[in-house]
Amino acid sequence: MAKVLLEMKSITKTFPGVKALDNVNLKVEEGEIHALVGENGAGKSTLMNVLSGIYPFGTYEGDIVYDGEVCKFHKIKDSEKKGIVIIHQELALVPYLTIGENMFLGNEQGSKWCIDWNKTYAEADKYLEMVGLTDSSKTLIKDIGTGKQQLVEIAKALAKNARLLILDEPTSSLNETDSRALLDLMKKLQREQGMTMIIISHKLNEVSYVADKITVVRDGSTIETLDSKTDDISETRIIKGMVGREITDRFPKRHDVEIGDVMMEVKNWTVYHPEFSERKVVDDVSINVRAGEVVGIYGLMGAGRTELAMSVFGRSYGIGISGELWLRGKPAVLKSPKQAIKAGLAYVTEDRKGNGLVLSNSILRNTTLANLEGVSTGGIFLDQDKETEVAQEYVRKLRTKTPSVEQLVGNLSGGNQQKVLLAKWMFANPDVLILDEPTRGIDVGAKYEIYCIINDLAKAGKSVIMISSELPEVIGMSDRIYIMNQAKIVGEMKASEATQENIMACIVGVRGESENAEAVNAESVGSEA
Amino acid sequence: MNDFSMKNVLKKNVMTLVLLGVYILFIILGFAIKGTNILEPAIVTSLIERYAYVFILGAGMLMCMLTGGNIDLSVGSFVCFAGAIVGLFSVENRIFATPLPTPVVILIAFGVGIAYGALLGFLIAYVRIPPWIATLAGYLAFRGLGTQYLTKASADAAITNFPDSLEKIFGGYLFESDWGEINIPCIVIGVLIAAAVVFTTLLSRKKKIVKGYKADPMGFTIFKCVLLAAIIMFFTVEFSFVGGFPVVVLWIGGILLLYGIVTEKTTIGRHFMTVGGNAESARLSGINNKLVMFCAYLNMAVLTVIAAMIVTVRASAANSTAGEEYELDAIAACIVGGVSAYGGSGTIIGMVVGATLIGVINQGMQLIGVDQNWIKIVKGLVLLAAVVFEIKSKQTKAKPAAKPTKKETASEPEDEIAKAQAEIEKALNDAVDEELAEAPAESVVTTES
Repeated sequence: MAKVLLEMKSITKTFPGVKALDNVNLKVEEGEIHALVGENGAGKSTLMNVLSGIYPFGTYEGDIVYDGEVCKFHKIKDSEKKGIVIIHQELALVPYLTIGENMFLGNEQGSKWCIDWNKTYAEADKYLEMVGLTDSSKTLIKDIGTGKQQLVEIAKALAKNARLLILDEPTSSLNETDSRALLDLMKKLQREQGMTMIIISHKLNEVSYVADKITVVRDGSTIETLDSKTDDISETRIIKGMVGREITDRFPKRHDVEIGDVMMEVKNWTVYHPEFSERKVVDDVSINVRAGEVVGIYGLMGAGRTELAMSVFGRSYGIGISGELWLRGKPAVLKSPKQAIKAGLAYVTEDRKGNGLVLSNSILRNTTLANLEGVSTGGIFLDQDKETEVAQEYVRKLRTKTPSVEQLVGNLSGGNQQKVLLAKWMFANPDVLILDEPTRGIDVGAKYEIYCIINDLAKAGKSVIMISSELPEVIGMSDRIYIMNQAKIVGEMKASEATQENIMACIVGVRGESENAEAVNAESVGSEA
Repeated sequence: MNDFSMKNVLKKNVMTLVLLGVYILFIILGFAIKGTNILEPAIVTSLIERYAYVFILGAGMLMCMLTGGNIDLSVGSFVCFAGAIVGLFSVENRIFATPLPTPVVILIAFGVGIAYGALLGFLIAYVRIPPWIATLAGYLAFRGLGTQYLTKASADAAITNFPDSLEKIFGGYLFESDWGEINIPCIVIGVLIAAAVVFTTLLSRKKKIVKGYKADPMGFTIFKCVLLAAIIMFFTVEFSFVGGFPVVVLWIGGILLLYGIVTEKTTIGRHFMTVGGNAESARLSGINNKLVMFCAYLNMAVLTVIAAMIVTVRASAANSTAGEEYELDAIAACIVGGVSAYGGSGTIIGMVVGATLIGVINQGMQLIGVDQNWIKIVKGLVLLAAVVFEIKSKQTKAKPAAKPTKKETASEPEDEIAKAQAEIEKALNDAVDEELAEAPAESVVTTES
């Protein structure tokens, strides 16, 4: 048995109201590639943040034993000193600096006051060779593709004398060929340098390809660790571990809701990325939603769900949008969010702080923002008494916890912020509500209340499209589910027929859909090349 | 949080109190050092006439700053240019021999203003040139253009002898009477305005009570009414001794009232503030961000034309040094008046207090014979102090947010990944620092679910 390099013992990490990690144990042996898998929000990233010192010692319970000693990391630098290097999903490279400059950023070569550029580039070239990158270390980062940038990140980590390399979703932005090259590099590093690695990934085929051991994380706990030598590590087996939880009554039932006519229909909708104009972010998508119906769109992050929603909502995202939009049986052209709101659409954004709410404004001002006509005379003069009335009504209706409607939204908790955001769009009186990750980052109690609100909306004859990356939520709340992956709809099913396994299967393409998914992969490679 | 308390009232009006304090200080100093009475009608009126442009340009600058801390640097130069235009067409000169009738001149001036504002707005909102660069270009170009015309038009680079009709619209006095004699119409107007203010204050309180909202206690409302009435009557009496009601005061009052209503009571004002508060959120709420930006700069240019005419009439000359550093005065007025340098919040009243404070410091120090350079130093320090004060007071307000924010980060683990390593480190260090420092104070206002 090889030596155990890292052991995380009964790690518990609590955030106010949420237990993100509950008694997690993880054992990584020297020289192995260890995969962490789990659904979004299962706690993988939190665990890695605890390990790398982003959540400093003292904010969690349990011990980190690394290389035989108990470690107390207070910041990232502490863990890096020990050789634990984390490579985040979003690359942290400066586009207008060279590869060499990026690699030694904050770790400059030379004397204290003077950078030795010869040494910098010589060292950089050495590490680049190690990762198999042939570009000169004097190339600017912006001039190389994402695949190569990922390799630079690894070279950068090696330059820090990494002993334990953590890769967080390293292939999420790479195409098939680059992904494969990266995975092979991981194997090569393991073979030639005895590097220990932890990989976090959603792509289970990659995990089974590269990992020696796989630890499944679910709901903040480690469920099991599979060994590639002794256990079955097929994708189906991993999925079972990931989702093998029973759905309890976490979701309020809808009764007596009549599902009516098709309210909104999107046909052959295609959208291109606003910056990389040849990249399709939504590819020939057709969906519809009926009055009183809750339609779930499930997909992993980056599947194109938000892009779809925003492009439908008054073309607020993307370029080269093509396809048809039908509202109440009539074709509609919505060129701006304003027109979309007028036409009865509402888009409740995923990132409530970034583009949903104005945090420096009061609940009152946020509530009426999307429908100022409703609280003003002639669309110009605000009736501030009416505004207060409206805001108070929604605070009461949605049970938002706040001392007054004058409270700044920035001072509210996540769940209450979400309620304010919902109130804002409910007051705009839409027929179709697109809810993008409506329960992200809020605690269980608040989630239940949000679900009740969704049910009330459906009861009132509204059409609800709920985008979510939480499987149980999609299954528990929807009447019908679309599954989206890599810019396409890869499956549609009634909620009654849906199980976590067959939804996940649509995405990884294990069962019937496999040819379909592969076709998608092949196409995406083609379009990126 | 909404409850009435003396502490909150004081907190809200810190700048006003500072202004009062400074004013009283100068009254005492002026009397002690020079034996002059700063409260004298002539001095008060000249202070207002002299700084009229700050209030008008400040209103425009406020609208720009609300959209996200954007400023307009070309204001001062455009005052010079617009003044030159007015001079060129209304007075006989070497370029243009036959003066046009005053209404036509005014129309031309506004036309030029609208054209420039539209161009500037277009460049900033639709071509997406950063405001300070686009307006820096205007700052340079219009100073050059104005000087060019004025040099060509007259031997001493200044056009003088404006027609009476123009001077009556943008300067001079209403209900003229002898200097130093009490002016009855002026007093009557003052009393009427005071009565109107008191009436509306009481009415809005009553309305609130009828509808069941929280209202200030009666005592405070009466105090507020008395104070407002006293201020209005003070100025009325001052004006009534200087030979009539200054027309400039009408312009200032009208513009401030209009913009006060626009920013506080209309959807337009709400649009401006939301764009500054969170542009992306505003866009997704159906607000046309580009149009808002466009209007901000169009509006600024139109107000600049009004200011230019007032300044030109007051100086009785359009000259090439007119309007120098006016843009900075307007920006300073906003900043000292608590308008957020990042956009999203600010009031006309705040701007007025800021402008007055700077004006009082300037004029007061001049009167007691302080050197010009020292005045500049003091003004700089006041500006700095105001910004530090604003940021500090925001930080204390933001503290209750520390906890929920942390929770947010916490429960969105997948989001974490997205952040650059350094950012996370910094943010968390900050959060922890704040948490350690503020742990006991938090529980009071925080609303946890």
